[in-house]
Amino acid sequence: MSELHVTDRNIENMVANLLRAGVTLAGIVVAVGGALYLLRHGTEISDHQVFKVPPAADRLLPDIITSALHGRARSIIQTGILLLIATPIARVALSMVGFTLERDWKYVAITAIVLTVLLYSLISGAARG
Amino acid sequence: MTVSEFTPVVFGASLLAGFLGALTGLGGGVIVTPVLTLFLGVDLRYAIGASLVSVAATSSGAAAAYVRDGLSNIRIGMFLEIATTLGAILGAFLGTIVPTKDLAILFGLILLQSAWTTSRQHSDKKKPTPPDPLGERLKLNGSFTLAGKTESYVVSRVKTGFALMLGAGTLSGLLGIGSGSLKVIAMDQAMRIPFKVSTATSSFMIGVTAAASASVYLSRGFVEPSIAMPVMLGVLLGSLAGARMLPVLPVLTLRRLFAVVVGFVGIEMIVNALRGKL
Repeated sequence: MSELHVTDRNIENMVANLLRAGVTLAGIVVAVGGALYLLRHGTEISDHQVFKVPPAADRLLPDIITSALHGRARSIIQTGILLLIATPIARVALSMVGFTLERDWKYVAITAIVLTVLLYSLISGAARG
Repeated sequence: MTVSEFTPVVFGASLLAGFLGALTGLGGGVIVTPVLTLFLGVDLRYAIGASLVSVAATSSGAAAAYVRDGLSNIRIGMFLEIATTLGAILGAFLGTIVPTKDLAILFGLILLQSAWTTSRQHSDKKKPTPPDPLGERLKLNGSFTLAGKTESYVVSRVKTGFALMLGAGTLSGLLGIGSGSLKVIAMDQAMRIPFKVSTATSSFMIGVTAAASASVYLSRGFVEPSIAMPVMLGVLLGSLAGARMLPVLPVLTLRRLFAVVVGFVGIEMIVNALRGKL
């Protein structure tokens, strides 16, 4: 077995661990936010028949984080969802490290394109307001 | 309904959706959305946003297992993810402007297609196609080991596969589904990648595709936390249970039964959309 192959295998194990940890962490954060939300707003009427644009603390990255740190339940749920979105993005970033170690420049470039698209979608959405 | 009534109902439905999704290979997304819209009167866009989140959760969980098996081909996945992520963003933007009625009709059609593919047996008999030199240049050819036997494969029709993936990504972003079956068709049928490798690689790709469109949905306000929370947790736990029960349940019978149900739900969705109820 070549040395490169060992690296490949290690990266794959790291990818698997990263995915599992990301999903678990996201699930816990969403559950905590959900429990808080139920405690505070459980008796309110749930009405989602027609779409209404929610406040920035429900949808924009910087506002979600700030409000979550202040203990706003809905923003804590959204933070968990952001972690969930970040998990595959981190996975792609880790693959790029792997391809770099293998000196597979073609795939470093391909992975960079995917990463750019993902970050563009995350950041452009957050900045729009 | 109050929040403390709505949440457990959605959680229960999502648990069942995740369970059945894992058993039948359909994924939770195609089941959660019709339940939310047809039975609970939730706006279709909220349903799509919540389902997308659940898709991202289950796929990252499943992909972790597949990566360990060494069945998924990371290069094929990464190369095709260029197409699926671009498609997903396009789909998510379209999803925010296309009228709900048209989205519902399209969703119904996708359900009918899912019912059709689920009810059919998978066949590995294919007409031989010439290998694509592009596959060699992009190092997409690979091998996998199953039950001690190593099999190698060469890919065909890379451009066709790439184009199909652009479509799969768009549908995924537009309707909040994983579009796993479409991804498998692109790899298995068009590119002639072995079925097991196609399935594993597809589950590897779904999370990345969903992340691209989920960002757009989140920033537009279509991910309603009070709906996304029970849906994500329910589908995730349900699919974990489903994957564990897979070896002991009569999967083939379930698949057939399920295909019929999904077909009916698809028709229901189209009828309701045409009557202006969705």
